[in-house]
Amino acid sequence: MKEEKKMEKVKEERVTYSLPIGPQHPMYVEAENLNVYLDGETIVDVDINVGYLHRGIEELMQRRNYLQNIYLSERICGICSGIHSMTYCQCIENLLDVNIPERAKYIRTMVLELERLHSHFLFLGVVGYEIGMDTAFMYAWKDREFSMDMLEQVSGNRVNYAMPTVGGVRRDVPNHIIPSMLKKLNHLEKRTEYYRKVFLRDRTIIARTRGLGILPKKDVERFSIVGPVARASGLKIDVRRDTPYLKYDDLDWKVIVEKAEDSQSRVMVKVLEIFQSIKILRQCLKKLPSLDREIKTKVPLVIPKAEAIAITEAPRGELVYYAMSNGTDRPERMRIRTPSFVNIIYSLPIILKEQQLADLPAIVASIDPCFSCTDRMTLIDTKSGEKKTVDETYLKKLGERRLK
Amino acid sequence: MVFRRFGERIVCYARRKSPWVLHLDTGGCNGCAIETFAVLTPRYDIERFGGLSKANPRHSDVLIISGAVTKKIESRLGRIYDQTPEPKVVLAVGSCAISKGVFHDSYNISGPLDRIMPVDVYVPGCPPKPEAILQGLIKALDVWREKYRI
Ligand code: SF4
Repeated sequence: MKEEKKMEKVKEERVTYSLPIGPQHPMYVEAENLNVYLDGETIVDVDINVGYLHRGIEELMQRRNYLQNIYLSERICGICSGIHSMTYCQCIENLLDVNIPERAKYIRTMVLELERLHSHFLFLGVVGYEIGMDTAFMYAWKDREFSMDMLEQVSGNRVNYAMPTVGGVRRDVPNHIIPSMLKKLNHLEKRTEYYRKVFLRDRTIIARTRGLGILPKKDVERFSIVGPVARASGLKIDVRRDTPYLKYDDLDWKVIVEKAEDSQSRVMVKVLEIFQSIKILRQCLKKLPSLDREIKTKVPLVIPKAEAIAITEAPRGELVYYAMSNGTDRPERMRIRTPSFVNIIYSLPIILKEQQLADLPAIVASIDPCFSCTDRMTLIDTKSGEKKTVDETYLKKLGERRLK
Repeated sequence: MVFRRFGERIVCYARRKSPWVLHLDTGGCNGCAIETFAVLTPRYDIERFGGLSKANPRHSDVLIISGAVTKKIESRLGRIYDQTPEPKVVLAVGSCAISKGVFHDSYNISGPLDRIMPVDVYVPGCPPKPEAILQGLIKALDVWREKYRI
């Protein structure tokens, strides 16, 4: 506590002005507000003001039945829509204690990896865009269209695929699309090889990423930061390996870890993960034709009292769903913990400290922020009717109180 | 007088050939935001129509707005609309912006977009494909022409 006060004082003395960024800003597509405290050009501290995209999804879920919720959970985030709905379905399947057919498992794994591909390409593009290297942005997004094409081939839609349902998947993957998908994967692999070279060696990119935005391993552990951000700081965690779900333990792939802790290593983790995803996809495609055609088991949709949880690895890290049923066709309580929330709220103040203001967009982009699943923190004091948005210091305080 | 009319017409013509767009996500799932972003990139390429993505409302002519409007962003949205200079057109992209979509009964959503600002073109879909957004943009230019008799 004492230390915090001291820090506060130092901060007050140093800060020459504060700069609000957002809610509408070229830096990100979504509306979000950062308050940056500056000493000249150097960043002393940041406040994050989230909540512009809060839609109250958890509460909405309690009002809808289990089938309707699949499509609602899909619309939590447009980038990771597949993983959200699949984790939801997995959670409900855990509630019911049912097993889904083998083929459905493979199809789900495939869609998840395709989604990881498109999300990572999107990320590479955004990093290029923030660095000011529009060529990289255009290239990466051009190649991303190939992964979108594959998703469209498999599911019929580009963003909200509506692929899983409780007990399996809704559509089968026909055999005749497999050769064209393999061709696209080959193309993507070639392109990724090129990106690996560019993001490792290009002078502009090195100048804007190497050694910047350091996120030390001990802070990663302290704030339980997850996903590629944690892996880029040398922490070997991946839900796909630690608590395997779907088919991940049968497939051959490895967890990517980088040691450098800076923006560049965060980019490199994602580039190398693209290779792993392609590898997984190839194995799935090879296996699919030999499997039984059954894609769905029948499940009851009125669920007796139970509790369940499902954990998966979204493109941005660990995703947790908790469900509690009450004997009707609606859940009593749903709780969702998304990776971006921890990654943004805790890592931003650390990685931005003592950096130049001009580097801010590139550093923020390097943790792959995505706010639509983050905005859930509006506190309403029912007694006084007072509303306040929970900011980072408040959360830290809460965390400290818990620890004691 | 004649000269002034002439000058005006040249300006309007030029404007129609270079619509600068501002995109804002106002509380959807950002699926629409991503698809709108894809419109800027090589496969769909908005620059074929002279379009350019701009970050500043004061520089832009077309507002592309996606997402159901949350309570917190409502006032901001009004301000962004006011800051955009006339003549302007507004595109509502996605079912969220048109009718609140899946979030229709949420406590934090303050209404479809056209309750907050006049909307000229609606692009339905959840999310609409980039081609549809592009077509919406071209429609918007026609609306613009009619509205301001360019
Ligand atoms: S219309 Fe659909 S895709 Fe678009 S923001 Fe709303 S929920 Fe997302």
